Amino acid sequence: MKAPAFDYVKPKDLPEALRLLQQYGAGAQVLAGGQSLMAIMNLGLAMPEILVDITGIDGLRDIQETAHGIRVGALVTHATLESSALIAQKVPLLWQCVPHVAHMAIRNVGTIGGSTALADPAAEYPAVSLALNATITLIGPDGQRDVAAQDYFLGLYETARKEDELLVAVTFPKVSTDEVMIFDELTRRRGDYALCGLAAAFTVESGVISAARLAYLSIGDTPVLAEAAGRSLVGNKPDQALIEVAQNALVNDLSPRGDLHGSAEGKLHWAKVLLARSLRELEKSA
Amino acid sequence: MTEKRCDVSLRINAEQVERPVLVRQHLVDFLREELDLTGSHLGCEHGVCGACQVMVDGKVVRGCLTLAVQCDGKHVETIEGLSESGVLADLQAAFLNHNALQCGFCSSGMLLTALNIVQNHPDATRDEIRDHISGNYCRCTGYQAIVSAIESVLVARRTGELAGVAR
Repeated sequence: MKAPAFDYVKPKDLPEALRLLQQYGAGAQVLAGGQSLMAIMNLGLAMPEILVDITGIDGLRDIQETAHGIRVGALVTHATLESSALIAQKVPLLWQCVPHVAHMAIRNVGTIGGSTALADPAAEYPAVSLALNATITLIGPDGQRDVAAQDYFLGLYETARKEDELLVAVTFPKVSTDEVMIFDELTRRRGDYALCGLAAAFTVESGVISAARLAYLSIGDTPVLAEAAGRSLVGNKPDQALIEVAQNALVNDLSPRGDLHGSAEGKLHWAKVLLARSLRELEKSA
Repeated sequence: MTEKRCDVSLRINAEQVERPVLVRQHLVDFLREELDLTGSHLGCEHGVCGACQVMVDGKVVRGCLTLAVQCDGKHVETIEGLSESGVLADLQAAFLNHNALQCGFCSSGMLLTALNIVQNHPDATRDEIRDHISGNYCRCTGYQAIVSAIESVLVARRTGELAGVAR
């Protein structure tokens, strides 16, 4: 299908973009790569009055190392992340998830800002952001604010971003030497929406897990942090007995709904499978 | 309501094109309806099937998820231009030799994904080729022949067997 008629404007700088967002409010949609937005519009599921194309704004395409972490500009594409040595080295969980994001042609255009702003529950970056507790930087008429990932993803396609704010960057903490990052997801076919996925950040000291943040995607309305399962791991070595303990703890964290992709029980099972795979991988690396 | 148009100036294959475009028109409708470049196809129009793939500034993109107006100042290469340039010649010959197309609807998009594989993943295995083409639907071949065609070009390029064909 074709998108319904809309207006289009390509602001030259941030102040102009913010003025347009303020002027049009809910009628405006921000266009970055458009790899979700154009699909949604072609399907008639979104009918914005105006598209504000932010790709002409300077300064949103950089990946910078700062004292606090690695700051990824909103317009950095999936393909750029995939080929970034800095991301591979300093934010390995993010780097590992990128090949799972859709397909090459979509990764060439789609952006981290777009994916994080949309907050599709089946998307990879929101779960990675939650696992690492990344910081999402928003700029609006009242200036700039930083929102922690755990306060940012509020509901189904619902985030802390207000409609007159622009998401300008996501900052990830740098991996430390005692951390092990493991991303995995289940799909029917490579590049499809994940049936279930797990972004896991482990801290390991002398073979013993001292901290674990397990963020699931495609299991609820938002990415979900499995806190009980994470706690059950602390103080233990990853082995078969621990896998079973952690799998049982997942029941307290996840309450998936059945849909056409799988039953609630089936989804919980997939979540357990991913947890077991991730802990076996951790055991190998320890 | 009069639909909004914007003036764009872009290079399509070897030709510079300057004209007003409807802002709601995606790139493949622009190519097909305005420029009679009908080699790019529209299947799903929501980014799933890959039949619409073209190149923008040297990168493969989904033409149905790209607005024509977004291509202002850019270089768009379609199957027509890429065929003429010879960059796809060995892949096209391999697709013919392996019966990797039947109706041909997916081929223009599939060939661009294949080109990306031979350029960026020269050591891809059959399984990896399958992963790479998972974003391009073919409803005729069952994919075996497509994988074989791409694999044959990878092998030929590795061993330099295909002398005389433009790379």
